[in-house]
Order: sequence, then C-alpha cells, then structure tokens
Amino acid sequence: MHVPPSMHESDTGKRIAVIGAGPAGLTVAGEMRRRGHAVTIFELLHVAGGVLMYGIPEFRLPKAIVQREIGALCEMGVNIEVNMVIGRTHTVQELLDGDYDAVFIGTGAGLPRFLGVPGESLNGVFSANEFLTRINLMKAYLFPEYDTPIKVGERVVTVGGGNVAMDSSRTALRLGARESVIVYRRSEAELPARGEEVHHAKEEGIQFQLLTNPIEFIGENGNLKAIRCIKMELGELDDSGRRRPVPIEGTEFEIEATTVVIAVGNGPHPLIPQTTPHLDLNRWGSIVADPETGLTSIRSVYAGGDIVTGAATVIEAMGAGKRAAQAMHAFLT
Amino acid sequence: MYKILKKRTLGPSIREYVVEAPDVAQVGKAGEFIVLRLHERGERIPLTIVECDPETGGVTLVVQEVGKSTREMGDHFHEGDSILDFAGPLGTASEIENYGTVICIGGGLGIAPLYPIARDLKKVGNEVIGIIGARNKELMFYEDRMDAVCDELIVMSDDGSHGTKGFVSDPLKEILESGRAIARVWAIGPAIMMKVCVEVTRPFEVPTTVSLNSIMIDGTGMCGGCRVEVDGVAKFACVDGPEFDGHQVDFDLLMSRQGYYHEEETCSMDKYVAKHAEGVER
Ligand SMILES: Cc1cc2nc3c(=O)[nH]c(=O)nc-3n(C[C@H](O)[C@H](O)[C@H](O)COP(=O)(O)OP(=O)(O)OC[C@H]3O[C@@H](n4cnc5c(N)ncnc54)[C@H](O)[C@@H]3O)c2cc1C
Ligand code: FES
Repeated sequence: MHVPPSMHESDTGKRIAVIGAGPAGLTVAGEMRRRGHAVTIFELLHVAGGVLMYGIPEFRLPKAIVQREIGALCEMGVNIEVNMVIGRTHTVQELLDGDYDAVFIGTGAGLPRFLGVPGESLNGVFSANEFLTRINLMKAYLFPEYDTPIKVGERVVTVGGGNVAMDSSRTALRLGARESVIVYRRSEAELPARGEEVHHAKEEGIQFQLLTNPIEFIGENGNLKAIRCIKMELGELDDSGRRRPVPIEGTEFEIEATTVVIAVGNGPHPLIPQTTPHLDLNRWGSIVADPETGLTSIRSVYAGGDIVTGAATVIEAMGAGKRAAQAMHAFLT
Repeated sequence: MYKILKKRTLGPSIREYVVEAPDVAQVGKAGEFIVLRLHERGERIPLTIVECDPETGGVTLVVQEVGKSTREMGDHFHEGDSILDFAGPLGTASEIENYGTVICIGGGLGIAPLYPIARDLKKVGNEVIGIIGARNKELMFYEDRMDAVCDELIVMSDDGSHGTKGFVSDPLKEILESGRAIARVWAIGPAIMMKVCVEVTRPFEVPTTVSLNSIMIDGTGMCGGCRVEVDGVAKFACVDGPEFDGHQVDFDLLMSRQGYYHEEETCSMDKYVAKHAEGVER
C-alpha cells in the first residue's frame, strides 16, 4: 500500500503522521517539526484548521488569522495533505506500516447530536455543525457567488446553551434573521457558554427562552413551522453537579420558527475509532489516552484534543498537543 | 489537484469522467462514493464511484448535469484540466456475496452506480438479471457494460424509443410473479423509481437494497444534513449508507429533503446561464 511520504527532510530521521488539522493536530505538528522531525498532517476536509475553520464564525475568529498560522507551519516544513479521510483513504495501521514512526490522532468531536424528538428531519432543522459549516467553511453567506446555499428565514431558534449555541444564534442574525431565539432547558446560571459570549449575544438582541425544552418539531409540507416546547424546572443535582431539569406537566406551548439549529453537543468523530482495531475507547466512544503523554492503547499512537476529552476548548486541545509532542519526542529519540 | 484523464459524453447532459486520484483508486469499492469540489467557490458534490483502476490511478464517475455545479463541470472541465478537491472513498460498500439469483435495477443515472454492483455480484458467482431503463433512447447509457456482466439484460424506455416501452418496475413484477426464486434486488435511480420498486418487491418479501442520494456537505458524518429515516430511525446516508434496506426507507421524507434548496438551485443556475450568455466564466 502506497502512503503519501513526508515531503521534507527529517533532521532526526523520524517521521510523524498527524491525523486532523484542528488546534490539537496543528500544535503537535509545529512542536514536532521544531524538534527536527518530518511531519505530515492528514485532514479529511479540503482545508486545514478544524473547528477554527468550519465552526467558529468569522466575526469571532477571522479565517485569515487561522490561515496565517497554518501558512507559518507550512513554511517551517510541515506537509499538509487535505482530502485524506484516514480510516478510509488510508488507515492508521497503513500509516504505521508505511513511512511513519509515530501517529497523533486529533480528529475532534465532529459528530453532531440530535434531540431524538419527532419531526427532527423536517426541512429547516439543522445541526449546529451543518449550519455553521455551510456558512463558515462553504461561505454560504456569499451565495450565489459561492455555490453552497443556506436558508435562514425570519425566526431562528437555537436549541442549547453553550458557545456553539451563542455562535449559531449570532450567525443567524448576521444572515438576516429578524429574530434569533435561544431555547435552553436550564436557567441562566447554568448556561455552559462563557459569560462573555452570553453577554455579546444579549447585546446583539438574542432572546433567551430559558427553562424550556423542545418536545416536537411541527411542519407543513415537509418544512418546519413551529416547535412544541415544554416548561422545565430544576430538580435534584445530577452527575454533572448541576440541578437536573424536569418537565412541568401541562405547560406545553408552541413557538413559531422558520429554522432550528440544534446545538446540544457533539460526540467523538467515529471514523478512526471504527477503523482502528485495538484502540481503546471509553463508554462515550472517545479515545482513551494517558493524560500526561497522550499515549493510546497502541504503541507509537498518541491522541489528544476533543477526540479524547469530548468537546472542550481550543486551549485544552493545544495543551494536549504540546504534552503529546513532548512525549512523542522522548519516545522517538 | 486531481487531473481529468478522460472525459466522454454518454448522452445529452450525461458525461463520464476518469479522474486521477491514486489513493482512492487503490481502495474504492462498489457502493462507495467520493466528494469533489471543482474550484475555490465550489460546493462539495458527492458522486458514486463507477470504477477504480489501481494501475492508472483513475476513478470513473458519471455525472448528469442537473444543477449549476454539474453543468459547469460539463462546460469547463475537460480532459487534462484539474479538479481542486477530491476525497474518498466514503460511505459503506455494497454487501457483495453469492446470494443466488439477483435482480439489479438501474433507472436513469442510477445505471452508473448500479453497474459496479452488478459486475461484482456476477464476479462472486450470482446469476444476475439486469433491468435498466431511461426516459428515452438518447438517455440510455452503459447498455454494453451491463450486458457484459448480466446473464440476462432487460432494457426499458418510458416512451418506447428503445427496448421495451414501460418502467423498470414492470419486468421486475413479471419476474417475481413468474415464481422464479430471486434472492435479492438492488434498485438504484430516482427516489420515486426506488419507492415503486420496493413496493413491488415487498409482498414477495425479497430483500431490496436502494442507494439514497440525499443532500450532503462533508460526506463524512460531521453535519447530519444527509439524514434519512430508515425504520423510523434517523441515519446519516454518507456513513450509515448510502445503501439501505429499501423496505424500511421513508422515501417521501427523502424527496422532501432533496427538494429543500430548489429555489436556490434555480437562482444559481439562472445566474450561471445569464453570465454564460455574456461569455463570462462563472
Ligand atoms: C461553534 C464552535 C465554537 C467554539 N467556540 C470555542 C471558544 O470560543 N473557545 C474555545 O476554547 N473553544 C471553542 N470551541 C471548541 C473548540 O473549537 C474545540 O475544542 C477545538 O477545536 C478542538 O480541537 P481539536 O484539534 O481536538 O479538534 P477539531 O478542531 O475538531 O479538529 C479535528 C480535525 O480533524 C479532522 N478529522 C476528523 N476525522 C478525521 C479523519 N478520519 N481523517 C482526517 N482528518 C479527520 C476534522 O476534519 C477536523 O479538521 C468551539 C467549538 C465550536 C464548534
Ligand atoms: S453529509 Fe454531513 S453527515 Fe452526511
């Protein structure tokens, strides 16, 4: 099996494959290249950057900044291969059997979660990943100059209370929605988004419908028209140490909506876990890796970032990348 | 960049491309697809793999020019030109085993993805009955290729200009009613054709595989835009499929979702045609 070789000379004679070009993978690549190893990044999308390119909107993180950072890596001699779906185009085992002495997996938490309520497949119901990818990665806000379309409509409802929900609802306003509403099942105190993001959202006129949970999406001719919700109250503490939201019987009501964005979290991207035998996973399907070194259950295979921790932060992903690079370097030299 | 090694016209607005993508050509199988992006402003277009040649690194695709992007591909991407992005193989491969006697039905452009399945089913020892259909004679393609891999080939056209007049579901029904033992059916084509075919096979309880072409973006399980309902459960066509048990598929939902961007598609096409008339590219 032919696997693309690393393009640049290795001062150490060692070659590293990095899977996924998000913050974790990019950090590992830079750190390893700096230490003199030859590095190739394999990315399944057509651009590097991970969530920084497809998820976080331009108004919060200009794509030119991300591309400048990536350009700097290329100048250092990091080789980036886009359109490489590891698990399919090549497998982790093939990389190890081929040119590479060690592999880092930084494939992120790209699997969108849905609510599992009736009507969720209606036109107009998007995962936050789809909504943001269409807009940020595919530049649907420039349609028809760019070929990928998006429909936003008058009234967009985002379900969820994290940073992703804030980004989605604020993006909707910028795409011309007249009203953008966040529906969240707990109260303001429990909003997982950073305070600053909530503050920005409020300033821009995002409405908050708190202690509310969707129970059904209602459509007309296949298109979303309204959301049936139920009021919630906070009960006992749950595993996460927050008070568990419980529905209040008899409080169902409808909210009109042209578009719904579901932003209730992402699971680990399943492709590598599914195609890599002997890779230990936890019960959520995340890769099990040593917190200090990033080493997985497979010799010379390391992992870090959202694929290990579940959806977390850019800083944490970069930190995991730094630690893994240190450990990989020690292992190889 | 991925070079177009060969391009030929199979019918009005139907073209076959062989694209140089050695990594995909090494491993691509029947039932899987690729995603390509023509240029910097392009959308990600999913296309089924027709054939892979590990020797030359060529991946064969058949494209019907139905929208702006595919039309642009036909107009501006010629032999020797390059496509910006090309990723795959994606999706789950067809379940190729020796079932006995199988019927492979292809309607319209569905003949393209059907061909490698019929070919591989034949290779492992099945008796393969092929049924292919098109609206008219001009739109029929791959009759020779299908003929080469089928034990029997039935050719249909809606208007009777080629083969027998009628729909692909007609001979399917006749064969099942004749009592001949059919182990499995593959039906690939427009959603409405697949819907009709699964209703024909349902009373005979013949397992029927269909291939769903829902709207996709990444094609790798990251957006859920391609979701379809199978046995009442949401599935991602790009990773769980594109092939599913046809008897469990909600075709009305599929058709509704396929049509969601109709307005935008028309707008994009009109703009392209207008610019084209002025002789301006894109
Ligand atoms: C909308 C949004 C807003 C956010 N806002 C913030 C914020 O304000 N602050 C913050 O700190 N964090 C934020 N986050 C979280 C943060 O973006 C992530 O924690 C971080 O990007 C994780 O980095 P990563 O490198 O682990 O994975 P990712 O950034 O997800 O990158 C993974 C990469 O791997 C690729 N990949 C996946 N599978 C394969 C494969 N099989 N083969 C090849 N490539 C593959 C993917 O295409 C992707 O490019 C936000 C996330 C989102 C979605
Ligand atoms: S196309 Fe995005 S998940 Fe299938």
